[in-house]
Amino acid sequence: MNTSVDLGGLRLKNPIMSASGTFGYGLEFAPYGDLQKLGAIVVKGLSLQPRSGNPPPRITETPCGMLNAIGLQNVGVEKFLREKLPFLPADKTPVIANLYAQGAGEFAELAAILGDEPKVSALEINISCPNVRCGGVQFGQDPEAAAFVTRQVRRACPDKPLIIKLSPNVTDIRVIARSVQEAGADIISLINTLGGMAVDIHSRKPRLANTVGGLSGPAVKPVALKMVYEVCGVVDIPVIGLGGICSARDALEFIMVGAHAVQIGTANFMRPDLIFDLVDELPVLLAELGVESLEKFRGSLETA
Amino acid sequence: MHNTCQTKSRFCDRVRLLGLDFAGHPDFVHLYLEPPSWDYTPGQFVMLRPEIWVQDPIWPRPFSICEKTPEYMRIFVQVVGRGTSLLSSAVPDSEINMWGPLGRGFRLSLDKRYLILAGGMGIAPFVGLCKEHPYPGKLSLIFGHRMDRSCYPFDELPGEMQRQSMRQTNQEDMEHFGRVLQEQIARFAFKGEILACGPMPFLQVVHKHVLETGAPAQLSVETRMACGVGACLGCVVETRSQGLVQSCVQGPVFDAGELVL
Repeated sequence: MNTSVDLGGLRLKNPIMSASGTFGYGLEFAPYGDLQKLGAIVVKGLSLQPRSGNPPPRITETPCGMLNAIGLQNVGVEKFLREKLPFLPADKTPVIANLYAQGAGEFAELAAILGDEPKVSALEINISCPNVRCGGVQFGQDPEAAAFVTRQVRRACPDKPLIIKLSPNVTDIRVIARSVQEAGADIISLINTLGGMAVDIHSRKPRLANTVGGLSGPAVKPVALKMVYEVCGVVDIPVIGLGGICSARDALEFIMVGAHAVQIGTANFMRPDLIFDLVDELPVLLAELGVESLEKFRGSLETA
Repeated sequence: MHNTCQTKSRFCDRVRLLGLDFAGHPDFVHLYLEPPSWDYTPGQFVMLRPEIWVQDPIWPRPFSICEKTPEYMRIFVQVVGRGTSLLSSAVPDSEINMWGPLGRGFRLSLDKRYLILAGGMGIAPFVGLCKEHPYPGKLSLIFGHRMDRSCYPFDELPGEMQRQSMRQTNQEDMEHFGRVLQEQIARFAFKGEILACGPMPFLQVVHKHVLETGAPAQLSVETRMACGVGACLGCVVETRSQGLVQSCVQGPVFDAGELVL
C-alpha cells in the first residue's frame, strides 16, 4: 500500500517520523534499523552554540510515561553540520532540523544557516520546550510571540518547509495554531511535553534537579489526540501529531483525527528498533482495516 | 571515528528467559537468558525490557553483563524498585527485549595485575571477567557488601584469586571499610591497575583515594537511563575534559582521573 504523504512541499514515503529529542542525531539508532525506512528523521534540537543542558537527575519514570528536564543539551549547529549530518542518509529520507534559540533574532540566524544546507529538508521550530529559562515555551504560549518568531524564521529561510512545534501548556492551542499559520508556517507539529513534576517524600526533594520537567509517553496520548483533533479543525496546513504514540494503532488514531503524519518520541526508549517496526506494521494494519489509502483514512473520524 | 549508517555493531533481540535463580534471598536473583550472538567486554551492559510490560514501566532497565557462556547470558539483579521487582517475578520462557552490548567496558590486558574493588551489586561485571581470565592469580578482589555474602556471586569466583570480603551493616563498618580501601589502594598503587564498580558513595571513596595516590584506575558508574543508546541524554556524568557526557556511550567505565564525582 502506498503510505506516502505530502506535507506542504515535504514529501514523505510514509508518515512515521522520529520526534526531536528522542532519537539523538539519528545515527544512534543506525545499529538497530535502516534509517532510510523512516518517513523522516527529526534530530535533537540544535542551538547556535553547543549547550551542556541541565544538571542530573534529568529524567524520572512516571506511570506510563516519563518526565524530562534535559535542558536542550546539544552539540551546536556547526558540529551537527560537520560531524552528524554527513553521515545521515539525507538523499534517501528527509532530515529535519529542530531549532532552539533564546530569541527571535537567534532563531533567524540559525534558520539561515540550516536553510542553506541542502541535506536539511525542513526546519522544525521549537517554541515549546518547558525546560529552559529563556526562549522555548515563552514564545509558544503567546500567539503574538509565536507569530513573530514564525515570521522571522520564514524571512531567514524562505525556501524550506517550516514546521512550528506547539506546546500543550496553553489555554487554547487553536489560537496559537491559527496565529503561526497566518505568520507563514507550512506545517504544525504538536504536542511537545506537558509540564509536570515528581517528588520524593523520603528525601523531600524533587525527582528532577530542575524541579519541574516535561511529561511524555502513553500517559499524554489522550491529551495529544484531543489537541491534534482541535488544531486540525481550525487550520488549513498539514499537522504532524505526536504524544505517546507506541504502535501503528496509535499512529492511525492521530491520522484519523486529521494528522498527515506522526512522530514517535518516548517509544524510541522502550525499544530502539520499535520505530522501524512501526513502518512495517502501518500498511498491514491499514489493510486489516480495509482502508484503501491513507489519504482517505485521514480525518475520517465520525462524530455524532 | 563516527558511527556510520553501515555499522551494525549492536543488536536488539527478543530473547527467552531460560530461568531464574534466587540466591537464597527474594531480593537477589540471577536471570538466565538465551545467549545473544554477540560477544562483550566486561563492564559493558545490556538494556532489558520484557515484552509483557507493554506500556508500563515505560523504560527498559540497564544491567551489567554478569556472565556469558554458550548456554546462557546471566544478569544479576537486586530488587530495588518496580522494574527490578517485575523482572524478579518474570516467568520462565517469557520473552525479553534485550539490546547490547552497550557502552565501553574495562580496558584489560592479560599480563597486567588488577585490584578489583566491588561494592554490593558492583560485583556483577567482574563475575565473567574473573571466571574467564586465563590467569586469575593476577586478580585480587576486595568486596564490600551490606547483605549476607551468600546473596552475591562471590564464592563462585576462582580460588586462585586473592579474595577478601567485608560486610557493612552500620556506619562504623562503613568507615572501617573506607580505611581498608584507602590502605589497599595505597599498597597496590602502581603494581597494576585498579578496577572498581559499586554504588556512588563507594565509588566516591575509591575515587578520592586513587586520585590521592595517583594509582591508575577505571571506575564503572551507575546512572539512571531511559534508552541506553545515547539518545535520551538522561544518564550524563560530569567529566573533567568534556563536561557532562552520556555514561551509556562514553561510559559506564571511565578513567578515574576523568570523572568528577
